[in-house]
Amino acid sequence: MLEYARWKYILVAAVLLLALLFALPNVFGEDPALQVARKDHATLTPDNETVVESFLRDHGVHFATSYLDQGHLMVRFASVPDQLAARDAVNGNDDLKGSYITAVSFAPRTPEFLRALGLKPMPLGLDLRGGLYLLYQVDVNSAVAQALEGYAADVRRALTTANIAFRDVTVDGPAATLRIQLAPGADAGAARSALTQPLQGLAVTAATGAAGPVLAATMTSQQIRERQDYAIQQNIVTLRNRVNELGVSEPIVQRQGIDRINVQLPGVQDSADIKDLLGRVATLEFRLEDMQGNAIEAAQSGRAPLGSKLYTHTRFGRPVLLKREIIATGDQLTNATTGQSQEGPAVNIKLDARAGDNMLKTTRQNINKRMAVVLIEKRRETTEVNGKPVSREVTDEEVINDATIKGVFSNNFQITGLGAGEARELALLLRSGSLATVIYEVEERAVGPSLGRDNIDKGVTALIVGMAGVFLFMAIYYKTFGLVADVVLLANVVLLTALLSMMRASLSLPGIAGIILTVGMAVDANVLIYERIREEIRKGVSPQAAIRAGFEKAFSAIFDSNFTTFIAGLVLWVLGTGPIRGFAIVLTLGIATSMFTSLMGSRALLTLMYGGRRKLARLSI
Amino acid sequence: MEFFSHQTNFQFMATRKVWYTLSAVLMIVSLGSFFTRGLNLAIDFTGGVSAEVSFTNAANVDAVRAKLTADGFREPQVQNFGSSRDISIRLPPDAKQSATEVRARLETAMKSIDPGAQVAQLDVVGPQVGNELKVSAMWALFFTLLLIFLYIAFRFHTWRLSLGAIFAVLHDPILVVGFFSITQMSFDLASVAAILAVIGYSLNDTVVVFDRIRERFETNRRSPASVVLDQSINQTLSRTIMTKVVTSIVVVALLFLGGAVLKGFSAALLIGIIAGTYSSIYISAAIALDCGLTAEHVFPTVKKEALDHMP
Repeated sequence: MLEYARWKYILVAAVLLLALLFALPNVFGEDPALQVARKDHATLTPDNETVVESFLRDHGVHFATSYLDQGHLMVRFASVPDQLAARDAVNGNDDLKGSYITAVSFAPRTPEFLRALGLKPMPLGLDLRGGLYLLYQVDVNSAVAQALEGYAADVRRALTTANIAFRDVTVDGPAATLRIQLAPGADAGAARSALTQPLQGLAVTAATGAAGPVLAATMTSQQIRERQDYAIQQNIVTLRNRVNELGVSEPIVQRQGIDRINVQLPGVQDSADIKDLLGRVATLEFRLEDMQGNAIEAAQSGRAPLGSKLYTHTRFGRPVLLKREIIATGDQLTNATTGQSQEGPAVNIKLDARAGDNMLKTTRQNINKRMAVVLIEKRRETTEVNGKPVSREVTDEEVINDATIKGVFSNNFQITGLGAGEARELALLLRSGSLATVIYEVEERAVGPSLGRDNIDKGVTALIVGMAGVFLFMAIYYKTFGLVADVVLLANVVLLTALLSMMRASLSLPGIAGIILTVGMAVDANVLIYERIREEIRKGVSPQAAIRAGFEKAFSAIFDSNFTTFIAGLVLWVLGTGPIRGFAIVLTLGIATSMFTSLMGSRALLTLMYGGRRKLARLSI
Repeated sequence: MEFFSHQTNFQFMATRKVWYTLSAVLMIVSLGSFFTRGLNLAIDFTGGVSAEVSFTNAANVDAVRAKLTADGFREPQVQNFGSSRDISIRLPPDAKQSATEVRARLETAMKSIDPGAQVAQLDVVGPQVGNELKVSAMWALFFTLLLIFLYIAFRFHTWRLSLGAIFAVLHDPILVVGFFSITQMSFDLASVAAILAVIGYSLNDTVVVFDRIRERFETNRRSPASVVLDQSINQTLSRTIMTKVVTSIVVVALLFLGGAVLKGFSAALLIGIIAGTYSSIYISAAIALDCGLTAEHVFPTVKKEALDHMP
């Protein structure tokens, strides 16, 4: 008898219904849109919305609708030229440009009820959207070398205080080792004990060289790894902040491999500006203010008094003189967050242990004096000279904060006396300033939007034609059973689309190819079952028993054969990156969905159709 | 409707020497071409610059090349790509120039030929990234083969079938690579993905045949292995051909409609599918046979219990 457990019917129906729901948002397409956000990162109010809308109307820019979405304003347009016209209009207006950042993006036309359920269509990858892909390499070795420089400074101080003569302290970056060359006749044992505190956690060995005793301090591999990880994390945070300031919608900044960061900027076309912006190297310095010197005089004469440095670029307008000694640097900053203090909004700053010690000493001796924070940015500027692009490195030093030292503190302190927006901005700048390691670009891909559109069209056409071909063929070759296979195939594509939408995996062109391939391969399971059924009928088995036998006997073949393709897909998923990974994800998921739909879906459908009939003479197969 | 009479009785095992020879010839030609002409590696592997430029009118490839050389670009490779108005440019890696500079210079050069020229796509890949990708691809291939070998040995209880499968599986990528080498089609990362998909997919058929072999051995231990293998292949023939036809419909659609970007990918898939079918039918079982496969290996007889447990 041909039967199928009731709960299995329910399972199949439930899964397919859910799948339909999740896959539905993909059908609606998208409109070109402009995303408007406030520069101070606050939520957009309905008043802001009205301002922007009336501005656009006054300038004759047609837009379809506009609405608030997660704190931004989204304005939809009927076409890309309208979208670009709107962007240019807003960016060209000084008032608006000062308060708002715009980003070109695409708004899906998902209807309200689906959006309310949190359902969204699949995000499109760069090769379908157009945009910029950048891969940066982080120089992790320089992160290690910097850490060692910090240790070196401490070592010099400790040895001088302990009155131990030494010749030189050198940093060997690649070996992650600090070499301390003591003077001949110096007491190595005394040196070691004097250095226990500064070199805590490092592996110290002593040797005797030709020029006197030598101490070598090596970072453990765990310390090295931690330092490298920290450097990369900092870089990611900084890049993310900068990317957010660019006003790009849905940017992606993520770690790739051990020491790389990939940045994806959909919709961005002009790469020169962006890369200059992203490639800035910023550092911070905490310095005491020179309370005795006169900054205005120095600015006028152009000369700073001995032991001080003049800064004319400051956030508060007036020039300032700062002492030459650096109390703490950006890479010693472990965190800067906004918080509240008794006087209102504040920035909470955390430094690492060594900077903390330094800070303690400094604040003890300098209460009621002022301390400033300097942001130093190195960036490449590409300008045009005589029509040829010229690239040069520019260093920009800006004093972003100057505050009075109110108490004695070490590594945890607050800067108060700021407005809410100021505090947020300062925290951001402080965090971005702690990027001290150099990053450089190793890969770049730019896809124009029309090419992206083209790719989508081609991919979808191939998919539709391919599916139509398969449908027709199956229907002709296997008749009614072929039609059943077609329905199952359709369910497969819907299920796959739903899974991809749920996973928020980016769809790329190879991904579409993966869907097409899955269509071809999904048929395999059905063919196996049907050929088996035909065989059983030839042997003289009754129709219903034949159907059942077909499923039973074909199962092991289906499972084993799909599993091997599954292995290949899995290996690609793990080892692949970018669009290839997208393909692997689609392939792997596609195998799973096709097994589900072919085995359970076909069986459910066929049992429904043929299970109940008592007199079944022939099968239409 | 049926293509096949249900009683095909091709003598696959008996004629296996012929097929071995054919495979050997194809593999030698492929490998020969690979080692002499090599592959036309895309910048994914070599590093460098790849750009697509569309002009408003039909582009003159020679003029573009001349202009690029005059502007100081080393060894530009310029070709038509897609339509007559689109060209693709390829430049070798140059560590001294930043990507921004290259783009700017390229745009200036193109605009001087045709003010309406647009750079539709620009890819810059550093040479070390390209190298790493080569290594990654090798690893991916190796791991896939290893895992598959283990899985088949596990499911079918004998390494002989695994070996047959691995042979067939190695055979297919070699032919695909040979195809790329002979035609000098651009071989990029997507082509590698296609090869891996082909490996997995061609295994499909091999496993279906093996499954049938296992089933036949289970019921029929007396016939000689060669007869059983022949029967198994004949019985699964209709299904193998059918699936391949259907998948080919889909891949051909992709090849002709998917655009220039996926051309290499679709071509690799199509060749791989054809090669895979051939190897599954003619090669994998034959190899197992020549390793001395018998029913015993797939279904070891249970040893009779000792009469008693006393020494």
